[in-house]
Amino acid sequence: MDTAVSALPIATPAAARRNYHFRPYNVGRWIVWGLFALVLAVAPLFWTSSFGQTMLIQTGIAIIACLAYNILLGQGGMLSFGHAVYSGLGSFLAIHSLNFIASGRLGLPVSLVPLVGGLGGLFFATLLGYVTTKKAGTTFAMITLGIGELVWSMSLMIPEFFGGEGGISGNRVVGKPFFGITFGSQVQVYYLVALYCFACTALMFAFTRTPLGRMLNAVRDNPERVEFIGYSTQRVRYIAFMISGFFAGIAGGLAAVNFELVTAEVVGAGRSGAYLLFVFLGGATFFFGPIIGAVLMVVALVLLSELTQAWLLYLGLSFLFMVMYAPGGVASLIMMNLRVAAFGKLRHVWTSYLALAGTAAVMLLGAAAMIEMVYHLQLNIALGSKLRFLGATLDAKSPDSWFGAAFVLFTGVAMFEFTRRAFKRQWDTIQEEIEREIKRREALV
Amino acid sequence: MSFAVELVDVRKSFGKTEIIRGANLQVRPGERVAIIGPNGAGKSTLFNLISGRFGCTSGEVRLHGQRIDGLAPYEINRRGLARSFQVSNLFTRLSVFENIRCAVLWSMGYRYAFWKFLADLDDANDRTEEVLEMIKLDRKRDVLATNLTYAEQRALEIGITIAGGAGVVLLDEPTAGMSRSETRRFVQLIRDVTVGKTLLTVEHDMGVVFGLADRIAVLVYGEVIAFDEPEAVRANPRVQEAYLGAVLEHEAAGAH
Repeated sequence: MDTAVSALPIATPAAARRNYHFRPYNVGRWIVWGLFALVLAVAPLFWTSSFGQTMLIQTGIAIIACLAYNILLGQGGMLSFGHAVYSGLGSFLAIHSLNFIASGRLGLPVSLVPLVGGLGGLFFATLLGYVTTKKAGTTFAMITLGIGELVWSMSLMIPEFFGGEGGISGNRVVGKPFFGITFGSQVQVYYLVALYCFACTALMFAFTRTPLGRMLNAVRDNPERVEFIGYSTQRVRYIAFMISGFFAGIAGGLAAVNFELVTAEVVGAGRSGAYLLFVFLGGATFFFGPIIGAVLMVVALVLLSELTQAWLLYLGLSFLFMVMYAPGGVASLIMMNLRVAAFGKLRHVWTSYLALAGTAAVMLLGAAAMIEMVYHLQLNIALGSKLRFLGATLDAKSPDSWFGAAFVLFTGVAMFEFTRRAFKRQWDTIQEEIEREIKRREALV
Repeated sequence: MSFAVELVDVRKSFGKTEIIRGANLQVRPGERVAIIGPNGAGKSTLFNLISGRFGCTSGEVRLHGQRIDGLAPYEINRRGLARSFQVSNLFTRLSVFENIRCAVLWSMGYRYAFWKFLADLDDANDRTEEVLEMIKLDRKRDVLATNLTYAEQRALEIGITIAGGAGVVLLDEPTAGMSRSETRRFVQLIRDVTVGKTLLTVEHDMGVVFGLADRIAVLVYGEVIAFDEPEAVRANPRVQEAYLGAVLEHEAAGAH
């Protein structure tokens, strides 16, 4: 390696060519953003049912919330256990402004109410973040946890603002219609959410390309060194925290407009935990990871919870396996495979993926049957010992069902482990080949 | 005339142990000073005191005549003092280019801006490219700092230190852990990038010290016992007695 080949004086000819700055038009980026806008625009044409559109709206809101959370977790290395405080307080301010609009005390179009939520989030992030961001690392995490609990307990103490047990309800069909838009129908709410979602995503992406955004990455990697290149780490964290709070507040404001009801649980630890869990599952190391996380969040919270009572158990297990085997989340899995594809080696592994998926499905089938039987025994035994599971009838009290499920599970585990080992060898070989290829290309330059 | 760096009776205790016991030092602008001393003499501690990483227990540190003791590291850096670290202290998950650009941003006045795109900051990007060429890492610009070789990481460490254009540069054992040939190239690199700057460096390698320094400060048990030109320091009986004798004789016969 030739870091310092010879004692060349500082290269001067370079100065001449610096006056010209070539900026290629980034076609790839336009395509990606165009597709994102297109998906947002046409989604309600495919999910026309009321339930489908509810899910779409919630996904749009969750995307903003998860991206906002990832400014802290992925970009700033700040593990917050209380970010629902900012989205939640944004929700409360938004629902109160809806009610003010209804009573004529506030002349604001409903479409701008989410911005009130955003400003609320910004205000509380400015206020509480000053304390929180004084410290980093574990201390930061502890303080966010404390502030989360503080706001949660306040919500019970101040029913005038938080509405006590019942929460605060409102009505979004208030004020003057704007070009006939009253937000009476769900589709109108969806497009409001989609607009905010696109704008906020674009703004948060833009943030990652600014001086502060980059210094935030530097603070994540090495806060000590940042102090020696002129930046106050505390100030960097504080401003990033405020920005994150603003976007979280917008998500909260949209949720208030959508549900027309805000209860104290929106500031609770459960909500904060969900942000952390799903941003992690989606992948905190890439900008688009939280978008995947948000989709997973809505699917899990809305769909999975409908399907099975044991959904929290499944969720916990997938989180556990993700932390252990793919700490970069779904996004990092995608990026790893894109790299393999870029070197034209994906065709070598796709059969392995099929085998892995097949054996994992067998394993899951056995495990799920046993989990469902346990849940049935504990919760629904009054309805009899028989239960329906994926079209089959199981008897939670018969050894046959248990033996069958266990047999499927262990067969699945054995086959999965076998394919996993073969796949691991294959994967490592491919990675080695790619490394060699990169070295070869470097040598050519 | 005001000194670039001046230490006035600086003391530092950790608990009951006094590490720096009244150090005095006056570095003239544009001078290259090597600080040497036996292990545990407090060389790194002295750097930490000057750069603001630790606060002094008593005494004064002045930069161009102004007191800087008690200021935060970033405030000292903004006044034109930059330092490197003994163990490479990089932004590991950022590319070489981003590492240097981070170090350039404040000095170019971009502060905490989140309303400007990095790609549009022509002056900062030009300066970054310039520094990359100076430290000869321009071909590695898109490699993550964590994937560099050891020698490259040391070069990047120097690059981050000088990128902001500080007039006073502190290098803490810049050649630590390098082979002889790497060290020789590296000393030349340090010479090139610190032209016209005031340089303070902690070094163990006597070849580097005599090749680089205009003056040598000898630190023993937290005190500067000698501060003079290399030949005078070599001849100083106190220095010989305290630490240098054997090493210097050896180096004079061998490397120099």
